[in-house]
Formats: sequence, structure tokens, C-alpha cells
Amino acid sequence: MKIHEFQAKGLLRDAGIAVLDGYVARTPDEAAERFRQLGGELAVIKAQIHAGGRGKGTFKEHPGQHGVQLVRSAEEVREVATRMLGNHLVTIQSGAEGKTVQQVLIEQGCRIARELYLGIVLDRATAQPVLMMSTEGGVEIEKVAAETPELIFKEHFCPARGLQPFQVRKLAAKLGLSRQTLKSASKFLPALCRFFARYDCSLVEINPLVITEHDELIALDAKVSFDDNALFRHPDVETLRDESEEDPAELRAAGAGLSYVKLDGNIGCLVNGAGLAMATMDIIKYYGGEPANFLDVGGGANTEQVTEAFRILLDDANVQAVLVNIFGGIARCTTIAQALIEASRVVGFNVPLVVRLEGTEVEEGRRMLAESDVDLISADSLADAAQKVVAAVQARSTS
Amino acid sequence: MSILVNSETRVICQGITGSAGRFHTEKCLEYGTKMVGGVTPGKGGQTVLDLPVFDTVEQAVQETGANATMIFVPAPFTADAILEAVDAGIEVIAAITEGVPTLDMVPVYHTVRRKGVTLIGPNCPGIITPGACKIGIMPGYIHREGKVGVMSRSGTLTYEAVWQTSNLGLGQSTCIGLGGDPIVGTSYIDLLERFHDDDQTEVILMIGEIGGTAEEEAAAWVKQHGSKPVAAFIAGQTAPPGKRMGHAGAIISGGKGTATEKIAALEDAGIEIAATPAEMGAAVQRALEKA
Repeated sequence: MKIHEFQAKGLLRDAGIAVLDGYVARTPDEAAERFRQLGGELAVIKAQIHAGGRGKGTFKEHPGQHGVQLVRSAEEVREVATRMLGNHLVTIQSGAEGKTVQQVLIEQGCRIARELYLGIVLDRATAQPVLMMSTEGGVEIEKVAAETPELIFKEHFCPARGLQPFQVRKLAAKLGLSRQTLKSASKFLPALCRFFARYDCSLVEINPLVITEHDELIALDAKVSFDDNALFRHPDVETLRDESEEDPAELRAAGAGLSYVKLDGNIGCLVNGAGLAMATMDIIKYYGGEPANFLDVGGGANTEQVTEAFRILLDDANVQAVLVNIFGGIARCTTIAQALIEASRVVGFNVPLVVRLEGTEVEEGRRMLAESDVDLISADSLADAAQKVVAAVQARSTS
Repeated sequence: MSILVNSETRVICQGITGSAGRFHTEKCLEYGTKMVGGVTPGKGGQTVLDLPVFDTVEQAVQETGANATMIFVPAPFTADAILEAVDAGIEVIAAITEGVPTLDMVPVYHTVRRKGVTLIGPNCPGIITPGACKIGIMPGYIHREGKVGVMSRSGTLTYEAVWQTSNLGLGQSTCIGLGGDPIVGTSYIDLLERFHDDDQTEVILMIGEIGGTAEEEAAAWVKQHGSKPVAAFIAGQTAPPGKRMGHAGAIISGGKGTATEKIAALEDAGIEIAATPAEMGAAVQRALEKA
């Protein structure tokens, strides 16, 4: 689960980690008022969306306006906020449509001596969290990793014991931090690692992490996301969820216990199991088609879930045909067949439906489908199914 | 022979009184697995499917001589259940449970590695040696005793591969679902080593997916140490970056973990690639013929 920058900074502040003073605003007037409240002559206004690259991103409605801007008066804040709020910010991570800005963060300015990069993620290869830092702050870390990996310094830590003092000293030496800055880092870095473990984060990224003129470390930006599997023990984090940032169809699917990811193609897929669902997308593409989605109905799919899955698939206007690929293990083919029959009755199909069933009770399942009044094309293998669904789409587009 | 489990393996189920635990214990019994008991804290003294239920794994091991377990307890308690099994001296642990918090697995992973215990999963279908021992949720009837060692990060996609190799008459020595989470107890390399030491296994099928670098590490091992033919399929060639594809571990992040990178590494190690999931069995056959 992702949260906004201002929410992340709120959590960091509560954890005793240095961030700048700032306020969130939802209207231009409120934004101007917040600027006065900060009391300085300089502030930064930052559009709040769940996508990176905001500084370079621009607004669909105002191509000259970037997602982050320095501002020097309440009037200027009001003007910039007017161009941002309610409009679509397009960044390298937002997709072509961009994301609607619902709120802006008005933050104190600060005098920067140096910019660093900091990220904490799980290192799957060693099965431990890793703190990564680089002298190349403010830049895309993927680029640094590809071009100058020697400028990224890593320290693994145990979630229970945290980052050790010697690890801070090692990093400070490699990053060339002054004695004074090391003092600040000795508090900042272990606190951030504790934060990562305390909240079951999947990512904490501070880019840039700045060193001020007074040799203090401050998180100028903050990107935090959480392990969905651990949210049950963080009800406070769950309240930070912003559903307007999530895809409505993906939210709806999650509510029904389905795993769904929308793609750009026109062949809807309904599959049991994540690996098989990905493989089904792949084979559609192999035979010249384009999958419209990833959809895993899970191992124990019931009629309600399959019905909801069909509704989600058919709500996508791009979908020209649907492929159902079920390898019944625990989920019996008879259950799936029954669900298919009922779902087609409730939802009603207006596009070709190709069904491939295999596994537990397959003969009986196939017989049920054959004897029903559901209009479907049956397939007897994965390759056969993919070829048939691609052909069905092509037939529709040429007719 | 086979690897890790055989007809002598004595298995308990942690979470046997829950609906999933009970259902799959019954399926494993039907398959012929030597199920010897179950564990549910607070329910010791009961019986389920005529098997004794214990409060602790330690008691279950003392009373039944169990040396393997399958875990169905809810996700918040899975890490504790695994550590309890390790403490009781269980040798093979299959954690079926899905949704275990990732950071819970950090200390568990390092404990099982240090103690030399085999942990399969979590978030996996389990392990099966056809005709001898099924520990997990895979449909037993699709398997045939044979020569292919199967290892996979996915569940139903493994069934697809097993079905294809059964229909081609190749059969399987042992099949293991490693699990779809970012941290799992057993790696491809652990299994490559075991399959190489196993006489029954003549060819190895590796089923991977996007995310992480486990497939690249396996490819490097095969290139350096491999002496048996290996075939592979990677799922997620059309998956968009930055999106989690069902499994917690199946995500292309920071441009890393793409199917293209993985396939390149596998090909470089001389591994036979299945271009589509429909020809995993055929790729195994090609690998055998080339060898």
C-alpha cells in the first residue's frame, strides 16, 4: 500500500526523524493561508499524487506547470495551487492520463549544502532489509545503479537489532560526511531503519536526503509503502489509504478476493493461480493477441467470485473476447463450470467466450458446460485456447 | 529414489482442526501419505480423521515420530508455527499459508538455514514424490512416477507442467513449489543440488516468474556445476513493470526482474527454454534429447 508524501512525513515526524515544517491544503485559499502560517519568505508547493517524478512532470491542463515549485508569496501560492488542484499531473510513473491532484503540500524552504540518496528495501537475495545510500542525490537511483553502481553504498540490517553504530560510521566515511553531519546521521539513520521495521514497510525512499548548511540531515522528500500482508497489525496505517489513487476495477476486485491488474489489450482473461494467469497472458501475446488484464480468481473460487470477475472483465470497454483458463486442483472443474453457467446467466455475454478446463472432475465439468445454454467455444489445451480466442477477436474486427 | 520426501516420511499437519488443514490432510491420506497426527494449540487430545491432535509440535514428534509437517495456520501465526516445527526437530516443513508478513520471514529464514532444516514456502502448493508422499494441496492424480524433477515458484502453472510431462510419459521424481513470496525457505539452487544427487531425476524443469533474481542465480549455478539437462519457463513476459502480479514476489521493480533478463541468463547457461507455457513438456523432451 502506498501513501502520500505528506502522510509519510507525518509518520516520520512522529518517529523523531527530521523533516521540514509543512501543511497540506485542498483549496488555493487554504494553500495561501498555509504559506502565511509557515511565516517564511520562501516555501515549496508540491502536488500530492502516488507517483514519482513530480518535479519534472507537467500538468495536462497547464503544460508549463511542474508538480513541484518554489514560491515566494501567498499570492503566488494561490496561483500555483489553482493550476495544480483538480488537474492532471503526468509524470514518468503516472501513465499518460496522469493523476488528479487533490491536495498540495506547502513546505518550508531550506538551505541545502548537499543532496544524498537514501532507500531502504528488502534484499531478497540475502533475506534482509538493506539501507542504500548514494552521493548522487536527487537523481533517479535506477540510473545511478546502471551507470555508476560504485556510488551506491549498502548496509544490511536485522529488523530486530536495527542498524549498528559502526554501520553508520562506515556509510559516513564512504559518503564523505563531516564529523558534525555524522552526529546527525547517528540519530537519523538508525531511526529510519527502526521505522522501516516498526511499520512493516516494503519501501522507504528519501530522495533527496539533504545536508543543511548547519550539517543536519533532513528528509526533503519521502516515499513510503507498506507490506499489504502486514496491514492487519497496523490499523493506523490502513486509515491513510487513499482509494482515489487506486484503480477502481482493481479495488473492486480486491474487495471480492480477486487479484486483478488492468492492461491495454482486448482479450479478457480469467485464470486460477498467479503463475498460470501470467502464463496465459504470455501465450495470448505469443499467438498475436493482446491481453486486457491479469486476473487470478485464486484456488477456491466460488460462484460469487467468478460472477464478479466476469462483471469486472466485461466492464472494460476494450474487451472483445474472454478466455477462461482453469486448471482445477483444489478448485474442482464442476464448481467452475457451475459458476460459469450461473455467471453467464446473471452477467450476460456479448463477446465470444473461450473456455479451457483441465484437472479435477474435468469430464463432468465439460459435460455440464456442453449441456448448458451458455454460448461458448471450448478448447482442449492451453495453446488451443489461446489460438481460438485470438482468432475470435480477429474475426470480430474484420466482420 | 526421490528428494526430501518418500514413502517412509511421517507427516503431521499444523492447523489440522481448521477447514483447509482437515480437507488437505484427508486428501494426503487418500493419496497414501503417511499422515501421523496434527497440532492445534488448545485442542490436544481430540482426533481428526482418526489422527491424534496435539497441543505442541514437540508432543506430536515424541508421540508419533513425525519428521515432516505441512502448515495451514493463519498468516499472522505462520512464522511462529515454522519456528516451533524447527525447534521440535522436524526436517521438512511445507508452509502452505498465503499472506505471511514479509518481515516475519526474515528471522525464520535465517533460523532454518542455520539449522539445516528444509522449509518449503510459504505461499506454496507443497511437495510431492509421486506414488509415495504428497505434502500439500496439489491434485495428486495428475502426477506419474518418473524422471523429471520439477521446481516452481507457482502453483497451478506447476500442475500444467506436471500434466504435460505425465501425458508425455516422462513422469516426475519429485515436484516442489517454492512459493510466490519475496522470502521463501528453499531456493532453486538448493533443489538443483539435490536433484543432481538423485539417481531417479534425469532432467530438471524449472518454472520461474518475474521479480527477484532467483532464476539468474540458478542459471549461474547450472552454468558452473550442472551436469543434468535443464528446461525452463518464465511466466510474466507480458507483465507491466511496477505492478504486483498476484504473488507478493512477482513484481518488476527498478527495471529489475524482467522475464527477458531471466531468459537471457538461462539460455546463456545452456538451459532449454519453453517459449510458451503450452510447451513446457516439449522443452523437457528437447533437453533430454540434447543431453
